[in-house]
Amino acid sequence: MLEIRDLHVHYGGIHALKGISLDVPKGSVVTLIGANGAGKSSTLRAIAGLLKNKRGHISWKGTDISGKTPVDIVKAGIVMSPEGRRIFAHLTVLENLQLGAYSRSDKAAIAKDMDWVFELFPRLSERRNQKGGTLSGGEQQMLAVARALMSAPELVMLDEPSLGLAPLLVKEVFSIIRMINDRGMTVLLVEQNAYAALKVAHQAYVLETGTITLSGTGESLIADARVREAYLGG
Amino acid sequence: MNSAMFIQHMLNSLTLGSLYALVAIGYTMVYGILRLINFAHSEMFMLGAYFVFWGITLGQLPWPVAMALAIAVTASLGVLVDQVAYRPLRDAPRISALISSIGVSFFLQNVAIVFFQAIPREVYRPQWLEDPIITHGVRILPLTLFVPFLSLLFMLVLLWIVYRTKAGLGMRAISKDIETSYLMGVPVNRIIALTFGIGTALAAASGIMWALRYPQLQPMMGTIPGFKAFIAAVFGGIGSIPGAVIGGLALGFIEIMTVAFFPDLAGYRDAFAFVLLIMVLMFKPTGLMGERLEDKV
Repeated sequence: MLEIRDLHVHYGGIHALKGISLDVPKGSVVTLIGANGAGKSSTLRAIAGLLKNKRGHISWKGTDISGKTPVDIVKAGIVMSPEGRRIFAHLTVLENLQLGAYSRSDKAAIAKDMDWVFELFPRLSERRNQKGGTLSGGEQQMLAVARALMSAPELVMLDEPSLGLAPLLVKEVFSIIRMINDRGMTVLLVEQNAYAALKVAHQAYVLETGTITLSGTGESLIADARVREAYLGG
Repeated sequence: MNSAMFIQHMLNSLTLGSLYALVAIGYTMVYGILRLINFAHSEMFMLGAYFVFWGITLGQLPWPVAMALAIAVTASLGVLVDQVAYRPLRDAPRISALISSIGVSFFLQNVAIVFFQAIPREVYRPQWLEDPIITHGVRILPLTLFVPFLSLLFMLVLLWIVYRTKAGLGMRAISKDIETSYLMGVPVNRIIALTFGIGTALAAASGIMWALRYPQLQPMMGTIPGFKAFIAAVFGGIGSIPGAVIGGLALGFIEIMTVAFFPDLAGYRDAFAFVLLIMVLMFKPTGLMGERLEDKV
């Protein structure tokens, strides 16, 4: 559904992506793993339309979207939940969710999705009129995911959703990823927690300094000696 | 000082204060979103007043129509200034847009001198704003009721837009995190244009009402009120709309009351505002309602 061919990105004077190619099939969970600065976030940011200085093809359902603005890309059905959650601390939970639905205008459909995410995340429902900044780290992460879901996406890109969370909450984040995938949404996941990411992924890519060095199914990469050595602690 | 005089001073303070507040809101809104002090803002104040003047003299329009039209034209001009002078500099260092705004300010002043001429012009004032109402020995100029009332109306509309509409939600989001707003599908450039339009409309409204109070037009008329409104915005906490309103009103009261209670200091009335600015910057740089600068966890 999403096809990237020979994507180059220059970012703050650095050649961050040096011609990567990858595929995200419909209905799958695909993960990108790799060290800090390998280019994982740059890949997501390039797809989301945030990076202007790029070369190559990003094709979504058969059309090239590499020149589109972030707003067009959200409207086309791709949403990105950025690293560090970046929820709006001064807005209420409800307003954060409304913001996620900003690109949509069908009020009835938005209300239906709002009910759905509150069902998915009952804790957010209880706190709907609280300021985002008053939520705990785990709740903020749920809000960040829920906010992304409010755009009614077909492809959800999650950048480090488990970063900085307690082990129990990390588990919850991954079960949420499974849940939204079960709902038919395609997921592109960037993670530091390589083991958990590979467990949940159908397809996985390893990025090293802007190049894809390995790819395969999640299971096959967990078994791969090089991956075990570099990312899974031996 | 008797109570009748005190009431008059209060009304004068309220009038001047709301005029500062309207201009301060524009400074604070643009700063809140772009972290830009838009120095051309005070020229919008001047242009609004002139457009009414031309609407009445050349267009033969009735005063309310001329006012509405002038506000709309000035607001469009504010949006245009952003598109031409600031938008190309969005990714440039912040100082570039600031310098650009100083350039726009000089440019508009000089255009005004050329096209409107530097000779001060007399402004038409509707008679019903002039005839004083006298009750219980208090002499009230209808103007000093009209200006605060209309200002309040504009501010309520503004608050409704910012806190009750989708575009307002977009503004509040952009002011905290532009990139995430983009990711959520907020049309950032359109919202910024709207912000300039609204801020400029309020400055124009203020300039127009200023010309009712101090009925003389000249191309530099925006400079001092503009500076003072800027000080009001800093005093209230730049970036905060309630802060701009409180700062504007406070400055109006300080100015009128100091002159009222210490007539000998009347010559220094323009200096009070600047003393206030220096005090704020020394003792509470974030202003009354400004955000505390704290690190996010």
